[in-house]
Amino acid sequence: MRRALILLPPFLWLLLLVAAPVAILAGIALSEPAPGVPPFLPPVSLEAGWQGSFANLLTLAEDWYYAAAFLRSLVVAFLSAAICLLLAYPMALGIASAREGWRVPLLALVLLPFWTGFLPRLGAWIGLLRDGGWVNGVLMGLGLTEAPVPLLYSDAALYLGMVHAYLPFAVLPLTATLLRRDLSVEEAAADLGATPWVVFRTVTLPLSLPGAAAAFLLVFIPAAGEFVIPELLGPPEALLVGRALWGEFFQNRDWPLAAALAVALLALLILPIRLFQRLEDDGGSRRAASPPSRSSGQSLDMVP
Amino acid sequence: MATAIRAFAPAGPSVIGAAGAPAGPLLRLAGVTKRFGATLALDALSLDVAPGEFLALLGGSGSGKSTLLRIIAGFEAADAGRLLLQGRDIAPLPPHARPVSMVFQSYALFPHLSVFDNVAYGLRRDGVAKPEIAQRVAEALAMVGLTGFEGRRPAQLSGGQRQRVALVRSLVKRPPLLLLDEPLGALDASLRERTGFELRALQRATGAGFVMVTHDQAEALALADRVAVLERGRLAQIGPPRALYDRPATRYVAEFLGAANILEGRLGPDGAVDCAAGCRLRLAVPPGRGPGEAISVALRPERIRLVAGAPPAENGIAARLKDLAYRGDGWMAVVALPDGTEWRVALPSEAAPPAPGEALSLAWAPEALAPLAD
Repeated sequence: MRRALILLPPFLWLLLLVAAPVAILAGIALSEPAPGVPPFLPPVSLEAGWQGSFANLLTLAEDWYYAAAFLRSLVVAFLSAAICLLLAYPMALGIASAREGWRVPLLALVLLPFWTGFLPRLGAWIGLLRDGGWVNGVLMGLGLTEAPVPLLYSDAALYLGMVHAYLPFAVLPLTATLLRRDLSVEEAAADLGATPWVVFRTVTLPLSLPGAAAAFLLVFIPAAGEFVIPELLGPPEALLVGRALWGEFFQNRDWPLAAALAVALLALLILPIRLFQRLEDDGGSRRAASPPSRSSGQSLDMVP
Repeated sequence: MATAIRAFAPAGPSVIGAAGAPAGPLLRLAGVTKRFGATLALDALSLDVAPGEFLALLGGSGSGKSTLLRIIAGFEAADAGRLLLQGRDIAPLPPHARPVSMVFQSYALFPHLSVFDNVAYGLRRDGVAKPEIAQRVAEALAMVGLTGFEGRRPAQLSGGQRQRVALVRSLVKRPPLLLLDEPLGALDASLRERTGFELRALQRATGAGFVMVTHDQAEALALADRVAVLERGRLAQIGPPRALYDRPATRYVAEFLGAANILEGRLGPDGAVDCAAGCRLRLAVPPGRGPGEAISVALRPERIRLVAGAPPAENGIAARLKDLAYRGDGWMAVVALPDGTEWRVALPSEAAPPAPGEALSLAWAPEALAPLAD
């Protein structure tokens, strides 16, 4: 009974704010578009019974336009996550190896951009990268180029924005993983003749792979659905899921198709989300399986 | 067995044990000092380890024993002092270049590697040829009864098995000096004694010098050739276990090794000691001090016996039993002396134990008394 009372609030929360919206979204995805407000026919009604259709989901499967958007989104998410991981690993290792007093300030530096607004940051990038921006100004001022180099609205700008926005997602879990690691295992490797680089290659890196995979997925999952950064920094012709979704919803007012896109993206991300959860669980059981620290003060002399 | 032992035989002509071996200590520590902030962890500590010797570093927490081990292994740098292994200064060498090997208290096995790969790790770093690695790992595992466990991960082993993997992982490299940090500390009581004997056998079989850190005096006395007692970064006393136990030099050593009773007294003109509790002590060897000087004397609980009738005038005292604890091999009695001082007295199990409150007469031999330096 008490158990039920404790579980009720989170359960209600999840029901109202996760399960219900997803159910509504799925309902819209299965409905037919119609002029009106809202612009679709509910898939089930009291008078007509079932009047939904799977046409929207079929459209996604058949129309290469949408498949290409998904594919491109996954590629952007994959590359963004990979770049974040490559940058975050040395940062996390540095933070985890820093002296205790330095760790919090260093982590704060990683998080600092995160505390500034998201849109002002993108605005700053636009200001830096546009034709009349600072970067081109410096390049032309130094005489390196005569005309401004097109930096903004390119793939490079897109990845710059993505990595800048998502880097903390990779640094934080990696730092946690590397802080948790058992330093005596690395000392043992050194003791057995491994140079610092070999210790890293044979012990530190393989033992941190679950944490690295978690960091990768923590970037990959939100990056796959990212809309704002590609819209503001990326090339205009680049079609991503986020932009396709936005177009269907706001421009075509085709709510059912937009909902179908959202549901498909969610379904696509279930696999990496499950993978992430598995990694978290394994990390927990690995820690639990490590040998217990010694009990202190044992002696054969046990007189009171 | 003979072939298995070969797996650990120290390699090369540079190593000790054989005829014509270089004279001098295997390891020499001279004036090793280490500071952590304001605390002095090691205070100009000097110590020699002989080739093939099993030395125990015994001390409480904060005595500096683990710091000393980590300095020898190279994980900490000494602030001052010299560190000579077979006459060679190893202080500037990083851990991976030092020919010593360490068994960690937590074992520090590689959790992502199999037992075989754990044991082979050090040999691979040395560039040993593959067939030789396979052979030496197999021999090493056979030596500690772990044949057939090659493919297991450390998480699939029991505590005792992990400990043995950690041991052979270090020994398979045939180091002239093996460092052990509380090697039995994480094992349960039933396994400790047996593993202790195995450790001793391995040490004899390999001829390597062992330096073991422990906080357990029974472990140190049982396993080591010599025991070094550390107190706040200094060597309180070093010697064979018997000598340390029977003739503790200081109060700290006497209390750390088997919780001796300490008698405070003053030297009389005839060489006897008048103790504060109201007894006269006659020492086997008169302490080299003049009459009237204060002196402390250690007396082991198991060197005291019960006598019938009144206690002897010298080396005896009347007492009253306060408490009694059964220990399997006998009783440990807590007795109160006339002045209220409490002593511990070990009584053999065959005698019927006295009842609490009963008056007792205690006596001991002159040899049982060990005068202390402080």
